[in-house]
Amino acid sequence: MRPLVEVSGLHIAAVDGRGAQTPIVKDVSFDIAPGEVLALIGQSGSGKTTIALSLMGYARDGTRITGGSVKLDGTELRGLPARALQQLHGRDVAYVPQSAAASFNPSRRLMPQVIESAVVHGLMTRREAEAKAIALFAELALPDPANVGNRYPHQVSGGQLQRLIAAMALLTSPRLVIFDEPTTALDVTTQIGVLRAFKRVVREHGVTALYVSHDLAVVAQIADRILVLNQGEMQEIGEAERLISAPSHAYTRSLMAAARPPERNERPAAEERKPLLQVSALTAGYGRIGTNGMPLIPVLHDISFTVPAGHTLGIVGESGSGKSTLARVIAGLLPQAKGTVTLDGATLPPSLARRTRDQLRQIQFVHQMADTALNPSHTVAEILGRPLTFFGGLRGRARDRAVAELLDMVRLPAAVMHQRPASLSGGQKQRANLARALAARPRLLLCDEVTSALDSVVGAAVLKLLAELQSELGLSYVFISHDISTVRAICDQVMVLYAGQMMERGVRRVLSSTPRHPYSDLLVNSVPELRTGWLDEIEPAFGLESEVTTTFPNARACAFFPRCSVHIPGRCERDTPPIQHLSKGADIRCHRSENELRALAGTAVAAEV
Amino acid sequence: MSSTVEREPAHVVIKRPRRMPIPLLGWVGIVVVAFWLIMAVFGPMLTPHPAGEVIDPDGFGPMVPGMWLGSDVLGRDVLSRIMAGAQTTVGPAIAATLLAVFIGGTLALAAAAVGGWIDTALSRTMDAVISVPSLLFGLVAVAALGVSVPVLICTAGVIYVPGAFRIWRSLAVNVNAMDYVSVARERGEGMPYIMRREILPNLLGPVLADCGLRFVFAVLLLSSLSFLGLGIQPPDADWGSMVRENLPGLIYGAPAAIFPAAALATLTIGVNLLVDNLPGRER
Repeated sequence: MRPLVEVSGLHIAAVDGRGAQTPIVKDVSFDIAPGEVLALIGQSGSGKTTIALSLMGYARDGTRITGGSVKLDGTELRGLPARALQQLHGRDVAYVPQSAAASFNPSRRLMPQVIESAVVHGLMTRREAEAKAIALFAELALPDPANVGNRYPHQVSGGQLQRLIAAMALLTSPRLVIFDEPTTALDVTTQIGVLRAFKRVVREHGVTALYVSHDLAVVAQIADRILVLNQGEMQEIGEAERLISAPSHAYTRSLMAAARPPERNERPAAEERKPLLQVSALTAGYGRIGTNGMPLIPVLHDISFTVPAGHTLGIVGESGSGKSTLARVIAGLLPQAKGTVTLDGATLPPSLARRTRDQLRQIQFVHQMADTALNPSHTVAEILGRPLTFFGGLRGRARDRAVAELLDMVRLPAAVMHQRPASLSGGQKQRANLARALAARPRLLLCDEVTSALDSVVGAAVLKLLAELQSELGLSYVFISHDISTVRAICDQVMVLYAGQMMERGVRRVLSSTPRHPYSDLLVNSVPELRTGWLDEIEPAFGLESEVTTTFPNARACAFFPRCSVHIPGRCERDTPPIQHLSKGADIRCHRSENELRALAGTAVAAEV
Repeated sequence: MSSTVEREPAHVVIKRPRRMPIPLLGWVGIVVVAFWLIMAVFGPMLTPHPAGEVIDPDGFGPMVPGMWLGSDVLGRDVLSRIMAGAQTTVGPAIAATLLAVFIGGTLALAAAAVGGWIDTALSRTMDAVISVPSLLFGLVAVAALGVSVPVLICTAGVIYVPGAFRIWRSLAVNVNAMDYVSVARERGEGMPYIMRREILPNLLGPVLADCGLRFVFAVLLLSSLSFLGLGIQPPDADWGSMVRENLPGLIYGAPAAIFPAAALATLTIGVNLLVDNLPGRER
């Protein structure tokens, strides 16, 4: 059988205003057989999206296909006139982008947008298209398929939007579907449902697809073959099964290693060290504080924990669980409504303005996006120098020396001192961001998703740096992440947050040993494993209902009750769950006893870590 | 813990932002504006004839050697008067623009950085000021305070404060929401530092463009006042008053009626070309 897609010797280059060319994609060749799913995998800047777009005969502004050929079903796409490409797009080749939220028009209902390309191409009437769309909605496991199309984009969740845009792509039964990182922006628990839905339609409809991703574990679940890219060059191509179990290329192995950073060694138990940060009975939120002492929109409820000196506390949860709000409260950006934050025995005033300069110095916030955390009009020396002057009174030569030392500490070359953030790479920016926090000589760093925006290899290097700095400087970290494997790699203790409530708390190993809180269970089991067939093995019902609910019938109810697979009807939605101590050393907030959880864990979730 | 020095992967090269070339029209703007700025400084010294001297007994004379742009209503050399008038036209306008941008910009940065009721109070006050028609405001101010260059500068300055305020504030509010401003607050930095060092440098590109436009408005406003006889007073002349006094020359087809207006046009268009093509606005 002839392959549907044949790419041979593809070269794509960035062309600047003067006509100078910088190659982005170098001599890439592959083909995709009908009904096959090929995955393109690589880090950002590896050219994966550029290649994917070339299969639509399209090169982004400022880039040009400079050599080779791209054939779809025997037709050469290179040099095809715009009119012919228009006929192709949305009919023969469809594209599922990373951010469905950015791709839907927020002011139109979903259904007209989903069927638009099918109707524009004259493939079906509006009525037929709607009927087919509703069938696809059902196949993609969207709730209420008949009516979901009447909603506006903001009325459905991120995971549902991603399925809706897949329905849009599949509606015309295209010969090739390009998935461009379709689950990257989703929470792990949401990703699993979306992945499963994609996999089912791909299999049932015999869709030929190109799946672009940076995540090997995700790709392993859905692809037949995998093509590994680095710097625009092919590293390795092969059957998914073979490539995952026996990667032949060193680069593939480094990708696999970075995807699952190694856990660090167990360290002395927390009790032996005195607590540095102590948070007790913290309640916080946004908006005016009411007569009952609760803010208008409460986010955090009754949070307590301690961070011993030199230790790392990991805070895990899905988006919207209140992780970042917690960091903002500790930093003083958002005064709490109730509860206290104590640093080294001294209670910190809730608002920033009332904290002393020394208290501010001791707690430093490392923001998630180094892009927006570094002032683009300052040089690195100015960025690092300001806290040195502000807190340490350093000026002139002494300040320059201290800046150089900081750069060395975060393993950046001294030459970046006179550069502005725009000329640094993503990893370098995050290191500079970290160096700025270190300049204050803090005792506690609040790290808010510091590796989430980075590629896995670069992120792993930053994690390693954090660990080294901790042992050199004796720093304590509050490490916020949605990524369980990251938290496992760096943290001594973990706290699982859900809807602003502590669900489980204990030393790091509590995440890898059962019984767990049902929510921890969901989180841990949602992380795709680096092997093919994992998605098929897990319980079909697992993770299906995966949207965070913030409205409860009863204020005393367990926040996790609507999504809990083992909830006790009549009890969990009525009574506040007690905090109980498990024999593995964790505290959990649950009505179920340890023995019940242990018995249920085996039945509710098939795949165990 | 290993002590190996882990650096960024070798392939990560340090990118240098490429300097954006200035388009041709930008160069035209630069040349024209530079020409008039030099005229504003040195013009009065370079005039072929003294600006106030009557050399042509008839008035509204044609373009002849020695009087390259003809003579005006009283028979004075138009070229000399335009050269000398550059200073009285450009000078007060620059001063008024700087005044407006300084006051408006400072208030705007304060409004954005402090927020809350200060922002609301400042914004509503500016809305009130901007609701007064500018020429009317100018007429009233000049009528009440009398004509003098400082009064003209202050009047034009006050008129353009709200416009500058609005642009600056809307830009500053966006910058204020960035994490790096939040970082400065976390550090405990004071408002003046945040306004001057964290927010201001990131506004410069668009704000410079705005300054240029505001300068053009000021030139036109001051010229309008002069045209109405309430601006620069004789024997000094700016281009606006030259347009007015030579208006009768239109009937005789005298060049004196056209050239002061043409000078105004080249200056305003030149500034527009310049600010539209400023390189690397976003830094």
